[in-house]
Amino acid sequence: MSQVKTIKVNAIKNGTVIDHIAAGKVLKVIDLLNLTGDNSVMLGMNLSSNKIGKKDIIKIENRELSKEEANSIALISPSATLIIINDFEVVNKTSLEMPEYIEEHIICPNPKCITNSEEIPSKYYINNAEPATARCLYCEKKYLVEDLKIKI
Amino acid sequence: MKNLISMRDLSKEDIMQLMDTAAKIEKGEIVPNMQRKLAALLFFEPSTRTMFSFDTAMKRMNGDTIIMSGAKNTSAKKGETFADTLQTIAQYSDIIIMRSPTEGAARYAAEVVDLPVVNAGDGANQHPTQALLDLYSIIKTQGKLDNLKIGLAGDLRFGRTVHSLAQAMAVFGADFKFISPSFLQMPEYIKDDLIEQNIKFEEFKDIEGNIDDLDILYVTRIQKERFADPEDYEKVKGSYVLNKTMLGNVKDNFKVLHPLPRVDEIHTDVDDTKFAYYFPQAKNGVYTRQAIISILLGEV
Repeated sequence: MSQVKTIKVNAIKNGTVIDHIAAGKVLKVIDLLNLTGDNSVMLGMNLSSNKIGKKDIIKIENRELSKEEANSIALISPSATLIIINDFEVVNKTSLEMPEYIEEHIICPNPKCITNSEEIPSKYYINNAEPATARCLYCEKKYLVEDLKIKI
Repeated sequence: MKNLISMRDLSKEDIMQLMDTAAKIEKGEIVPNMQRKLAALLFFEPSTRTMFSFDTAMKRMNGDTIIMSGAKNTSAKKGETFADTLQTIAQYSDIIIMRSPTEGAARYAAEVVDLPVVNAGDGANQHPTQALLDLYSIIKTQGKLDNLKIGLAGDLRFGRTVHSLAQAMAVFGADFKFISPSFLQMPEYIKDDLIEQNIKFEEFKDIEGNIDDLDILYVTRIQKERFADPEDYEKVKGSYVLNKTMLGNVKDNFKVLHPLPRVDEIHTDVDDTKFAYYFPQAKNGVYTRQAIISILLGEV
């Protein structure tokens, strides 16, 4: 039996909307952005999207994401769009771009890598091919970006 | 060239400059003088050959060395950070040559200190000075580095020497045969690099029957401990032992290299053939390391 469901994600007055997140990835984005503070957060999962079929979306009230934070989201979902809202108006809308180089936000999966034994930030070079890969500057191992654990 | 950390950092020109310098040092055409220069040899994991080779290289040029061997002697036991250990030793010396079980340790060291740093092996990652002495041995025996057919046999998964050598020879358009048990095959990330550079390679499970078209066979030891079941090792080990009877149809210019120490993967009956080159290869290590130190310290 088919059932029509309506999902309502309220508009926000000020803050950030991350739209077109690949379906199923929104929890990773929440984890990445460490959204445990006072900001109200609304999320939608598996919504229909003309652009990418199924999408997730997240709205964060009263927090404007930095460029660095936005770039990190590209590691999880390159299709995502960053929208900055000010007084209910869209003031900036940008597609995310995969960074070529990223410091600190990737946890190197190689247990023998020096970034896992010394207090030093990881450094990764990203190859934005299909599929995107990342190589550790230190241990030189290469991984699929989608398999990496990202932190902020 | 400020440091020598990874073969990935070296251009073809850098490699040829090193080969040329090593050859001139061997022939006595240049005599670098390292009087009053001190190399700190920091070996956080055991090594005899590589450490002696660097020690010899420095002393052959009238230089001197200070040596730390084994993690038990480090201040890390007292809680000192790796960075502090490096900074302190940098106050005493002109160049740091280090081996570590930690992958990326030499890259990090080069960020921390102002002196030149040479990677003498970091975990299963890189061993660029071994790769360079291997290249020097290849150019000496083959007269060139370009377009050679190279066999790499043994433990290709954990052996850092074969990783560095494969990357180095790829720059010169080598055609590879990888010969190993299936679970000790060349890692995917190395094979991906070769594919990106349009380098041909094939994979085999036996030395026998796969060496007649090679210019170089590079043999490495398979450690029994890598096998979960010792019986599995006994079953396959014969496939990775080179003996004299296998050399009947090899090319005239064919040479067998080995980073040493050898256990039983090359039968001693190969030693007296004109194809054995592993002991001269060890001597080439001294010339190559003299060249590396001289270039990094600006003495040539």
